[in-house]
Amino acid sequence: MKDELSTLQQTVLKDYKYGFVTDIETDTVPKGLNEDVIRLISAKKKEPDWMLEWRLKAYAGWLKMEEPKWPNVAYPPIDYQDIIYYAAPQQKPSLNSIDDLDPELKRTFDKLGISLEEQKRLSGVAVDVVMDSVSVATSFKKQLEEIGIIFCSMGEAIQNHPELVKKYLGSVVPMTDNYFAALNSAVFTDGSFCYIPKGVRCPMELSTYFRINAENTGQFERTLIIAEDESYVSYLEGCTAPMRDENQLHAAVVELVALEKAEIKYSTVQNWYPGDKEGHGGIYNFVTKRGICQGYRSKISWTQVETGSAITWKYPSVILKGDSSIGEFYSIALTNNYQQADTGTKMIHLGKNTKSRIVSKGISAGFSNNSYRGLVRASKWATNARNYSQCDSLLLGDRCGAHTFPYIEVKNNSSVVEHEATTSKIGEDQLFYCKQRGIDSETAVALIVNGFAREVMNQLPMEFAVEAQKLLAINLEGSVG
Amino acid sequence: MIDLSYIQKRFDQLQASHPNDELASLRTEAFNRFTRLGIPGLRHEEWKYTNVSNLFNNEYQQALSASALSGIDQSFLDSIRLPGSTDADELFFVNGRFISSLSSIRSSNDELIVISLPEALKSDFAAIVKQHLGHSNRYLEDGIHALNTSFINDGVFIYVHPHLKQPGDLNRPLYFYHISDVRDNHILSQPRNLIFAAGGSRIQITETFATIGTMDNLSNQVLEVVVNKDAYVEYYKIQNTVNANQISTTHFHQTGKSYVHALSLTLNGGTIRNNTNLILDGEGCDSHLYGLYLINGRTHVDNHTLVDNRQPNCYSKELYKGIMDEYATGVFNGKIKVERLAQKTNAYQSNKNILLSDHASINTKPQLEIFADDVKCSHGCTVGTLDENAMFYLQARGIPQQNAKALLLKAFAMDILVQIKPDRLRNYVEQLISDRLLINE
Amino acid sequence: MLLIQDIHAETDGKKILKGVNLEIKAGEVHAIMGPNGSGKSTLALVLAGREEYEVTQGRITFFGKNLLELSPEDRAHEGMFLAFQYPVEIPGVSTTQFIKTAVNENRKYHGEAPLDAVAFLKLMKEKMRLVDMDQSLLTRSMNEGFSGGEKKRNEIFQMAMLEPSLAILDETDSGLDIDALRIVAKGVNTLRNENRAILLITHYQRLLEYIVPDFVHVLYNGQIVRSGTKDLALELEEKGYDFIREESESSVSATQPENISKT
Repeated sequence: MKDELSTLQQTVLKDYKYGFVTDIETDTVPKGLNEDVIRLISAKKKEPDWMLEWRLKAYAGWLKMEEPKWPNVAYPPIDYQDIIYYAAPQQKPSLNSIDDLDPELKRTFDKLGISLEEQKRLSGVAVDVVMDSVSVATSFKKQLEEIGIIFCSMGEAIQNHPELVKKYLGSVVPMTDNYFAALNSAVFTDGSFCYIPKGVRCPMELSTYFRINAENTGQFERTLIIAEDESYVSYLEGCTAPMRDENQLHAAVVELVALEKAEIKYSTVQNWYPGDKEGHGGIYNFVTKRGICQGYRSKISWTQVETGSAITWKYPSVILKGDSSIGEFYSIALTNNYQQADTGTKMIHLGKNTKSRIVSKGISAGFSNNSYRGLVRASKWATNARNYSQCDSLLLGDRCGAHTFPYIEVKNNSSVVEHEATTSKIGEDQLFYCKQRGIDSETAVALIVNGFAREVMNQLPMEFAVEAQKLLAINLEGSVG
Repeated sequence: MIDLSYIQKRFDQLQASHPNDELASLRTEAFNRFTRLGIPGLRHEEWKYTNVSNLFNNEYQQALSASALSGIDQSFLDSIRLPGSTDADELFFVNGRFISSLSSIRSSNDELIVISLPEALKSDFAAIVKQHLGHSNRYLEDGIHALNTSFINDGVFIYVHPHLKQPGDLNRPLYFYHISDVRDNHILSQPRNLIFAAGGSRIQITETFATIGTMDNLSNQVLEVVVNKDAYVEYYKIQNTVNANQISTTHFHQTGKSYVHALSLTLNGGTIRNNTNLILDGEGCDSHLYGLYLINGRTHVDNHTLVDNRQPNCYSKELYKGIMDEYATGVFNGKIKVERLAQKTNAYQSNKNILLSDHASINTKPQLEIFADDVKCSHGCTVGTLDENAMFYLQARGIPQQNAKALLLKAFAMDILVQIKPDRLRNYVEQLISDRLLINE
Repeated sequence: MLLIQDIHAETDGKKILKGVNLEIKAGEVHAIMGPNGSGKSTLALVLAGREEYEVTQGRITFFGKNLLELSPEDRAHEGMFLAFQYPVEIPGVSTTQFIKTAVNENRKYHGEAPLDAVAFLKLMKEKMRLVDMDQSLLTRSMNEGFSGGEKKRNEIFQMAMLEPSLAILDETDSGLDIDALRIVAKGVNTLRNENRAILLITHYQRLLEYIVPDFVHVLYNGQIVRSGTKDLALELEEKGYDFIREESESSVSATQPENISKT
């Protein structure tokens, strides 16, 4: 049994491969947070006055708020004055094309498996790359522009599309929605902006790759996606960070707006540095993600594979406002060593005939704690609302915890809500069966874990699914049928 | 802010009148806790969906001793008695005080012993009472529970002997009648009792509630049951009193491999909160937890359950079903906890709800907290309305819509009803439900 | 190929095998019969390397190697296959994915390159015909929701895919109707050749009508008490296990029959 356990441990204890640091000059602001720092960030980004005012208002709100204590996670107090709120890799101002990118940066992203060479990319994924506080490159921009799609950094959007930003920024996640959203609203530095015009089906996956590189910094990116009537976009997000002993704060906000018959599919593979085996270091990932199905028959689908971060606190949610709109949440959360995850979703049914589906697969190993927390609310007006939720937990070893906290609130009598949850472990008999077929423990565990997570994996775009499988520490060489 | 200073006065009064009481220090400790915690508001996670603070807007009287109570009609008492009462051990409580003159202990002393808590503390049972009274305090950390403990006074201690004529025999049923006499005053009743089911004993307990008068009443009642090795306990709670506001706590502590079968039934009431705890503290415990809430009007019922698996190889099954009509609101909060030691736990939980009106609502929160890996746990919950296909099928067979509806609702409730094991009690409850469904139509 | 010498094994302190001796050569088909609780399935699991069974005495060699020192997966790599009495469900893992992993792990062990998708598919098609395996089973989760017959067929299908040297079939006939039994037997008989040995473990003689063994052994109370040809199976069918019981109790008086619940 002991051997078995250690094999299980080793299997999920694959070392973090993205922990290197890029040696590049960085432009930073002084440590700490006050109005002057916010003004400095805004000035560095050459923002218009309205943006600065918005930030200062959020900051004033944040000062009055308290850090939430309800998540099932524990960490020492964060010193918000000990964080650098802006760090940008120094490079030539204004890039004309990816070719102008600093070679060191390019090497970094090659190392991370992100090829920025447009012509080399077969799958046709447009990438916006955010390093520390700023966007460093966006590919396929021109091709997308031709069909009216705006895909750029948030900084550029504020400069070039102020009317869209003003209209939608903070419309889904109000600036003082919660403590970390308020902090983000005050100090966000960059992120991706994406606008799909009416009737356009985005021909390629849009993707943002987030990388924390600089020391002592927090990353506060802000993403906004607007899908006009009858449009479609699939958006991918990936992230990594160097291995450091200190904890670094990542407090992002993502807002999605889907108008009539529009569909947004948002996939995340979150692989921030999780800390070492003793629980030192790692990213505090406190993220607010929310989408609104504004229009009739609109659809928002969140898919997430959460394997990194010391602490994850996020609940990608959907407000189902438009009649007959659909919200989906598919999640795999793997925690190991001393990682803590408190993640789930909120499905707020406001419109008639709205539907939502939640599939959550939690995998706990080592000394970790993994919680699903979700809310399904059918308001009085949400007649015929439907929700189905399935939350399964898999425990590897007996020092970890798996928890489920679903909240279900139904206020009309035509809605149907169903919730199911199970907890299980990898059976000795399953392992022995695999071994008898010549499959060693490590591969067997990977196979079984992958099977457990399959329903969610199937939701990921092909390219991401492959990365996600690797991330689940699964050696699936040749076994994909 | 609610003015609770009158409670302080009552507390001081009680302490002054019983200065050398064995229970005084327990009360003081609890009252300090109550003062610190106060009445829980909606921000308290365990009270998120049930607002009790408005129940404390009244200045209630509390009966601090049994002697002050005036007579209650025999005919009223007979009207609330449970089936088979003449064979049962019957305990009457009025405004939270045990009234021995109304009660009848028909079991012999070697079957069952009923004495007051202060008496018990002076008897051979002192060690048992000291060890177990207040075990629930560790699990219910809120001002309301502390408030009950602050006023522990002359509740009863019941010792159930393992003395039985035939293996498989049960003792006489044990009936608790909690009466609120609100003919003259707003009343807060806080009964607090302790049952010790000795190793190998078998007991069937039913608690029921009644009100006389029209003033406001609030009952904050606690029953702790210690279930020892090889003991067998059946427990039924029947709440069928219009406008009665209740916080009713039943705390089972299974100290060895034993069997508990608990069921609560709510048909009427004002604001009701039931806490049912099962602490599985012996290896191989077998526990069954059922509930039915069939409510209308503005009744609010909140069932909070906790199954805490602390030892290996325990089995628990939980099923709660609810039907909410008119403006009724239901809450279900079921927590299954599996501690590190509790390997091979099997725990199942299910909560099913039907909403019959546009104004009715349900908030349900099934929770799993698992710290052991070799376990099988699942929970499920559903919210929906009556099955339209079934309705149509019945109507197509010539059954009028109202009858079809009553039939389907009764069928829905049947899963719980069949879990009432004593025939007489089950028939009685079935009749209550049938009446209720027809009255409703 | 396989040489079992004086094997004693126990689980939870309970002695189940009490000195089993058996030699199996390439090309032979052996059947082990015996009443419930005699240790038949334990023998199969000991051969496959289930850790719950502790071998306290004796040795087993497989192609000259000390079998007991090999991990379960290496025993599989060396050519041992166990068709389980109760095949295990693996939710979310498709049968194809599972078998492909197994085939390629075995190839890796022998220094062969993994089969590509096309070659694998071709091999699978060919072997599926052997056991009348339904295509739809291949995309479903491994054994999940399979009927008893489908599970057993899946076992034989895996055997065909892995081409073992020694196939141990543990009660493969239990719970099968006559049609399913024929299909399973056909699969096994097709795989029967001079390089491959088969060890059938069964309670009933019925299976042996379809897969005719060269040798039949009777396992009773942890020991092989009788060995013979297929006629022994017929004799058992006729007389029941009682005569073995009587016989062995008079001869092996030292060992008291025990009530063993797990076989």
